[in-house]
Amino acid sequence: MNYRMKLMGMAATAALLAGVTVASAADIEVIHWWTSKGEAAAVAQFAKALDNDGQGDKWVDSAIALGETARATVMQRVLGGDPPEAAQFNPGRQYEELIANGQLLDLTDVATEGKWDEVIRPKQIQSACFLDGHWWCVPVNIHSNYWAWYSKPAFEQAGVAEPKSMEEFVAAAPKLKEAGIIPFAIGGDGNGWQIQLLFQDMVTEGLGIEARNKMYEDKDAAIAGGPEMVQVFKDLRALKSFTDEGYANRNWNDTTNLVITNKAGLQVMGDWARGEFAAAGMTGVKDFGCIIGLNEDKPLVSTDGDIFVFFKQSDPEVEAAQKRLAKLLISPEVQVAFNNAKGSMPVRGDVDMSTADPCMQKALAAVEDPAKIVVATNRYITENTNQAINELIANYFADDSVTAEDAAAKFAEIIELSD
Amino acid sequence: MTLALRRAFPLPSIVGTIPMILVSIGVFVVGIGFSVLWSFTSSKLFPNYDFVGLLQYRRLWATDRWLVAVNNIWIFGFLSIGCNLVFGYLLAVFMDQRIRQEDAFRSIFLYPFAMSLIVTGLVWQWALDPNLGLQSAMRHLGWESFSFAPLVDPQLAIYGLVVAGIWQGSGVTMAILLAGLRGIDQEIWKAAKVDGIPDWRAYLFIGLPMMRGAVATAFVLQCVSVVRVYDLVVAMTGGGPGYSTTMPAVYVIQLITVRQNVGQGMAAATMMLLPILIVIAIGGILLWRRGRKAKAA
Amino acid sequence: MSAHDTAIDTRAGARAGIEPEGRKPRRISPGRIGIYAFLIMAAVFFLVPLYVMIVTSLKTMPEIRLGLLFNLPKEPTIQPWIDAMVNACTGLDCHGLSPGFWNSVKITVPSVIVSIICASLNGYALTYWPYKGANLLFALLVFGAFVPYQVVIYPLIIGLSWAGLFATLPGIIIIHTIFGMPLLTLLYRNFYASLPVELFKAARVDGAGFWRIFFMIMMPMSVPITIVAVILQVTGIWNDFLFGVVFAGRENWPMTVQLNNIVNSTTGVREYNINMAATILTAAVPLIVYFVSGRWFVRGIAAGAVKG
Repeated sequence: MNYRMKLMGMAATAALLAGVTVASAADIEVIHWWTSKGEAAAVAQFAKALDNDGQGDKWVDSAIALGETARATVMQRVLGGDPPEAAQFNPGRQYEELIANGQLLDLTDVATEGKWDEVIRPKQIQSACFLDGHWWCVPVNIHSNYWAWYSKPAFEQAGVAEPKSMEEFVAAAPKLKEAGIIPFAIGGDGNGWQIQLLFQDMVTEGLGIEARNKMYEDKDAAIAGGPEMVQVFKDLRALKSFTDEGYANRNWNDTTNLVITNKAGLQVMGDWARGEFAAAGMTGVKDFGCIIGLNEDKPLVSTDGDIFVFFKQSDPEVEAAQKRLAKLLISPEVQVAFNNAKGSMPVRGDVDMSTADPCMQKALAAVEDPAKIVVATNRYITENTNQAINELIANYFADDSVTAEDAAAKFAEIIELSD
Repeated sequence: MTLALRRAFPLPSIVGTIPMILVSIGVFVVGIGFSVLWSFTSSKLFPNYDFVGLLQYRRLWATDRWLVAVNNIWIFGFLSIGCNLVFGYLLAVFMDQRIRQEDAFRSIFLYPFAMSLIVTGLVWQWALDPNLGLQSAMRHLGWESFSFAPLVDPQLAIYGLVVAGIWQGSGVTMAILLAGLRGIDQEIWKAAKVDGIPDWRAYLFIGLPMMRGAVATAFVLQCVSVVRVYDLVVAMTGGGPGYSTTMPAVYVIQLITVRQNVGQGMAAATMMLLPILIVIAIGGILLWRRGRKAKAA
Repeated sequence: MSAHDTAIDTRAGARAGIEPEGRKPRRISPGRIGIYAFLIMAAVFFLVPLYVMIVTSLKTMPEIRLGLLFNLPKEPTIQPWIDAMVNACTGLDCHGLSPGFWNSVKITVPSVIVSIICASLNGYALTYWPYKGANLLFALLVFGAFVPYQVVIYPLIIGLSWAGLFATLPGIIIIHTIFGMPLLTLLYRNFYASLPVELFKAARVDGAGFWRIFFMIMMPMSVPITIVAVILQVTGIWNDFLFGVVFAGRENWPMTVQLNNIVNSTTGVREYNINMAATILTAAVPLIVYFVSGRWFVRGIAAGAVKG
């Protein structure tokens, strides 16, 4: 009759049912932003593993597209006292405050048992989850932002050799332009994150890993405003002259599409771009080329990717199920199945990835060498600083009247004031 | 005494508006109160009560992007409200001419309002893209010098947004004004006809003043959608090129959600509400004085 | 006289026999041609994006990649529409838009009804039965309309979770009623204020009270503005994503959650044909409401009531 009574009745029935079934089983609601077809196939590997863990656990899938939307939803549910059991994040500082507020489940016992500190490689990716002597999250994959993708037919049409580094590309770019091809494809959507991705790649190349890490870690304004950085800004402007005027609002998919259709020569984008090439039926041997670390002679891999956090719950049985899921996410079988479907690298080296495509094989080789690892920029800076840099770079790229010196000075200011 | 009291506070009227009382006080006053309070704190991901004085406001006004946003809202507001009202009234008047297929026309003018801006914004972005849209289509047709690609130019992008804003919003203005036109007594139109007043003058000088309520509603609705404009910008330009098309609401929402900087987001929101508060307060005082004069007379 | 005008007159009962008014339709004059020319040109402007969406939704992805926006599909396919409805992945589930449809109905219908009743009562009370402070409350309400939602979302989450209504169906209905109230109240208040006050006075003289006048006189007279209110609310609530995803609770997630998952992606592949089909499909419900409710949108109601 009245709604509340009905609700109470339902709750009572549910409680009764729960009491009768397997005592330790639990539903684990997981919020993530993997909603496209390929991503759904990947996340299905996680769900399958949990559903078949023999304890009667169930993966309750709460997919919400766009990382920022999914994260905002998670935060609002935490505030409403109804957090999901688990949620996806990027390895950065987005969940710092959750740890400080004691809202996350401590996974240290699972990690010790699974020897996470030994099996997870590269070491740099552990720092995203291992803070103050405790494990707060599970890294599930590595995506590298340090890649350039180019159209082989475009370079053939222009009559220049395929590039092996950005330097060679810049040298070849005028030829591409003459042939009626947009030499450099980029997009300026979403506050210019694509431009910043390119910029960060160039910063690492310009400064070297050591100085770059020092700049972010120590908020070193001297490096951030130094001559090397001014040069990076100059190179960025040079690249702009090789793009088209339609770049302004373009999303990364449409940008990759320019390379796929041979309208553009080269794009700098993370390794998820392989998904668009694959969807267009391209294999990566004869149709398109990939340059690792933007320079084949100096391969680099960044530790971007995804991690999962688990929210504290009052029910100890749910907590046990959360820990079972944490253990599964990093188990060798699930790592192989998930990462093959996702097109990313596993976070442990002791698994068989021989079916991966040629581009991924390059990365898998590089990831074993600690000297070739670049810690994700977001590990150093907060989202607030990240967006402030986005703004600076996007504006610099759009507005030719801002000089490289001014931009570098502004960049130094952001770095110095970052928290 | 009790009679006077009953006249000042008619009971059924108060009972009938309990939801309004709860929402105005319980949601908006309290909600906005907390927002203002949080604007003086260092809140990041979650609201906290670590007070930092005016720091967030100082940082806000030192941010180029906020200054651009404040500037943009005036340009966008004047253009889009003006165009929407004029175009909406024109449509309403033409729709009022006992035309055939009125239902079909009304649905055509309203459909943009029904669609998710995530995708229609992308379609507009494509249509205004120099390589894909109107410009390239015209050039393919042989008009080589045709140039129309506002979204890619930081100086012009805001006008591209206005065009899409008119496309999205003028249908609703039309519907409200049409409802207003149809609320006017028939006898008035007949009288105008008998007096030999031309149609356009009747609509402009007789119809319009008689439907002040509808015009005011349409105007406020437009103002609200301008102040809160978010989806349109995010879908079409993402605030770019650079940050040339950022608007205050976009700034606020990005700070609160994406940038995890609740304190400064709330400071920006408070700044947004200040001019509106002043306008409404002035309006309220004028209304109150007019009411007193009416009572005195 | 067209068929639907007569239909309305019968429905309006007491007002049957009164001719819907306006200038007599002259047959074919330059003026009429001008009117249609203007309306058709406006319609073309409005329809161009829809045209692009429809042709894109009928193309295959390789054809879309060619970037010829305005061209008709070379090999038309309806597969994207089927995918959007029942196959597209929205996370682990690959059932397209369909799972959320009934949830959206469950949220929209009660929210629209409750919010319109509240708002029309507000408008009526503010116009004819103002009490001390009523206009101040109204000003606060209108002020609230200007606040970006995200700014007041935190206190609302805390409040609803305190009341035990966070992430429930009643919770989301309350939220939609709250955020619909400012504009709808304004809409009704301004509409009632424009009605001839004699109507109200005559009813008072006849001894009718607050509720009687509202139900017997004001409600029937506010049909045109109620249509506008329905248009605003159905659109707003049906298309709402922000509140639905947070306040409705996972089991009540509206269709827009699926739409967002189909259309948006951070690092995934985008299938534009499916995106376009999904958007048009989601908009179908408000569009049908516009078309159907528009039939009551005729002139002469106020005048008829005065005479009747």
